[in-house]
Amino acid sequence: MKGTNLGEFEELVLLTVVALMEEAYSVAICDELSNLTGRSIKLGVVHAVLNRLEEKGLVKSELGEATKTRGGKRKRFYQLTIPGKAALVHAKSMRDQLWDRIPLLVWEKV
Amino acid sequence: MKEQQHHPPFWAQRFIEWYCKPELAEDLIGDLNEYFERNVQTIGPFRAKLIYIIDALKFLRSYTIQRPKFANLFINWIMIRSYIKTAGRNVMRNKLFSSINIVGLAISMSVGLLLIAFVLDLHSYDRFHKNGERIYRITNILTSNNEQSSKFASTSIKTGRLIRQKVTGIEDVTIVRDFSQDAKVGDNILPVKGYWAEPSLFRIFTFPMLEGNQDKALKDPYSIVLTETTARKLFGNESALGKAIQFDTLTYQVTGVMKDVPFFSHINFEALVSLSTAEQLNKSDRNFEKWTNMGLNYVYLLLSQNTNMAAIQSQLNVIAKEENLAQENSRIQLELLPLYEIVVGENLRDMRGSVQVHMPPVMLWILGGLALVVILSACFNYTNLSIARAMRRFKEVGIRKAIGAGKSQIRQQFLTEAILISLASLILSFFIFLVLRPQLIDLAPEMQRTVKLEITSSMIVTFVIFSVTVGVIAGFMPAIFFSKISAINALRNVSSVKVYKHITLRRALVVIQYTFTLIFITTTAIGYVQYKNILAFDLGFNTENILNINMQGNKPDALLKELSEIPEVTALSRSLIITSVGNAWGGYMKYKDSHDSVLVLTNNVDENYLTLHDYKLIAGGNFMAHPTTTAAASEVIVNQQVLKRFNIANNNSEEAIGEEITFSNAQGHGRKMTIVGVMKDFHYGKVNNLIEPVAFMPWTPEDRTIINAKIKSTDMLATMAKIESTWKKIDRIHPFQAEFYEEAIEDAYSEFSSMIKIIGFLSFLAISIASMGLFGMVVFTTETRLKEISIRKVMGASSSNLIYLLSRDFLLLLSISALIALPVTYFFFKNVILTNFPYHTPVQIAELFVGLLTVLFIAFIMIGSQTMKAARSNPAKILKSE
Repeated sequence: MKGTNLGEFEELVLLTVVALMEEAYSVAICDELSNLTGRSIKLGVVHAVLNRLEEKGLVKSELGEATKTRGGKRKRFYQLTIPGKAALVHAKSMRDQLWDRIPLLVWEKV
Repeated sequence: MKEQQHHPPFWAQRFIEWYCKPELAEDLIGDLNEYFERNVQTIGPFRAKLIYIIDALKFLRSYTIQRPKFANLFINWIMIRSYIKTAGRNVMRNKLFSSINIVGLAISMSVGLLLIAFVLDLHSYDRFHKNGERIYRITNILTSNNEQSSKFASTSIKTGRLIRQKVTGIEDVTIVRDFSQDAKVGDNILPVKGYWAEPSLFRIFTFPMLEGNQDKALKDPYSIVLTETTARKLFGNESALGKAIQFDTLTYQVTGVMKDVPFFSHINFEALVSLSTAEQLNKSDRNFEKWTNMGLNYVYLLLSQNTNMAAIQSQLNVIAKEENLAQENSRIQLELLPLYEIVVGENLRDMRGSVQVHMPPVMLWILGGLALVVILSACFNYTNLSIARAMRRFKEVGIRKAIGAGKSQIRQQFLTEAILISLASLILSFFIFLVLRPQLIDLAPEMQRTVKLEITSSMIVTFVIFSVTVGVIAGFMPAIFFSKISAINALRNVSSVKVYKHITLRRALVVIQYTFTLIFITTTAIGYVQYKNILAFDLGFNTENILNINMQGNKPDALLKELSEIPEVTALSRSLIITSVGNAWGGYMKYKDSHDSVLVLTNNVDENYLTLHDYKLIAGGNFMAHPTTTAAASEVIVNQQVLKRFNIANNNSEEAIGEEITFSNAQGHGRKMTIVGVMKDFHYGKVNNLIEPVAFMPWTPEDRTIINAKIKSTDMLATMAKIESTWKKIDRIHPFQAEFYEEAIEDAYSEFSSMIKIIGFLSFLAISIASMGLFGMVVFTTETRLKEISIRKVMGASSSNLIYLLSRDFLLLLSISALIALPVTYFFFKNVILTNFPYHTPVQIAELFVGLLTVLFIAFIMIGSQTMKAARSNPAKILKSE
């Protein structure tokens, strides 16, 4: 395992989990990401990433209540864990540092 | 609301449940369901289902798949032991049914075993070469005079040379050329067959050398490498290395002794002679290195480690294109053939005729199909009997289910039982295999040369796998059937379970079984009659009591003189070849139009040949001149087809006499010849060839000779011995080679007779198996209907009424089979097989029905005997026992 380092897509999924709060389950995450990025995100990819994040301990999950839709199958809801939060904060701060280093002058020349 | 009626494909869902870890499965399926519902709304149910299936497959990933648990295996093993125990008890309890099943499966499986052994043997050919995967042989594709092209296994020496010079990406090339001469060491003379070969042969193939240097042995002219056996035959126990051998007038030196060529090798030889010798001997012969001289040479390539066939092929195409520019009326293409596809692969022409070991894959598929039919027939028996007798085992299954057995466990139980029975049959069938093996090998001389059928460890493994497969096929239906029984029904009341629900299935199986059996037996009958007709076919001349003696290179005069003194020999003639048995000789004939040349089949015969064989001359007369060289021969006798083809003298035989034609073949180009006689058409080729233009030319002392001796004798054996002793006076080295014309014809069609024997044997097996199955069913039905029979009897039914009642069903099924099988066989023969034989006799009704009658007769005996037993029983006893 590569520790708490996050890939780009992993970070996106993790952020979506936080943003969706109580409603963070695979299909919803997938929809949200599709809306946000404008391309269609495959369920298989999201599912695999969620599974990996859970293995890394960045999210935890539990099954919800059974409903009549989905053929009676329960949803699996995801929640951010403390290491997950740390990883997000770490990723953000790393980016912020890099942003801060860019002088405004250089930025506007491009 | 309507949308809610659509459900995702059930089996896809089951599939996910099967492979997915249980903790992941629920929400995963839920997610897919949600998507499915959404997709039904947007893109319709059909595509939604499709996407669902694709997704189900896409989620098959390393993280979703559940690992097999060790505990499961352990529990399975305990259960399997229990299944084996119950299966064993069940086998012992129903001895009749068990023995029907075991014997039937054993008989049918022995056919499978033979086929497996046969195929394994064929596939073990040439595997001993270390570089086998990279070895290829050159195939020549010859197209001449815009005729259909034909593929030859042989090629020209030039091809080999050109490949050596020009082609890149190969490690080595070797040319071999047929060699056959008499070796002489002191007084010891031995005919030796082998090859002219190059040193590179040892680099490409793995033929280990015992004595001598592998790299140098075949380098110098007049060197010879012997195999161990040949060396022993020539020199006894002395070392052969360095010794001299005489071939003809030339002396060769033994430069090496190698191990014998393994049995499973497509090239076989007794000795190798350096090709450089052949080059020296043929220095003056311009034909030797010609591009079109492709009769006797074979070229093998060893490709480099990482070249592909396509790269070599394109280089070969370039070579062929260049060489073909110089050719007038023939084109030759070159092609690569992998070493492992030589024995089991495409049919190639070969000048050596039937010496080559070869089996087209199509043949194996046909044999495999036939064996499969027989095996399936035995499996059907098992299925039928198990399901028919299901009632007896309902309670057992019911209790198993009640104490917690799942469907899959019941399935496993019945499969285990079937596999157990089929493994028991394997032991029996192995003994049958051992008995049948020598029969199969002796079926044809080709067989003896092709396969050994020796038992190897890989063969045993294949046998066991095969037997387990047969068990699974046989037990599949019963397993499904029993696993579906509901525990409540089974325990509540046996008779309420719908046993007869599966009666259609059982009937269908019986019909299929008998249809195939009837097809088999009818095919045998028709094939046999047609084969006899072919042998008795009027070829247009007389073949009775004619002994053909092959002179094997000797001059015929001395033997002719000796033979004419034997009183039993009434007439003698000489000819180049024996016709009507598949041999052919020929050349191109032209009449007045110099652009119109036609392939004409020929035979060179002397002036006695026509009378000895009773050829019918329509016009003209026999050969008058006695030319001593082929070039001097100027007379020709043609058949009616020649006149028709060239329209000589408006097809008038009398006027055609004296007309002049031009004839060209390997012995001479553009010879002018005069028609001196016209004979009635006869069958020069085999019966499956149409009659084509044929010409007889005078035999000359330059030709190889076959002596045709008409024999009239009361004691054939003594006469033959007399003739053979005469032969020994003329030629002490070569064994006497003679055959009666009629035997030669029989040999020529030996493939038909082997085929009929095989199909006949299979049909015998099919009948036995189907009859055993039928017997089992009859016994079962009469047993279950014993009470009914008794009541009917009490009410006044007669024995014949009862027999009719009980056999009606079976007879109906047999009639359906006959209605399918007979027309199918008839039309198969009429439209597929017999179209290849333009002169065949039509299929007779008698042959069609002889099979049906046999089957009906056997069925009748079995049904009759059982129903008689039931009908004769005392109703009081049976009804009392309630």
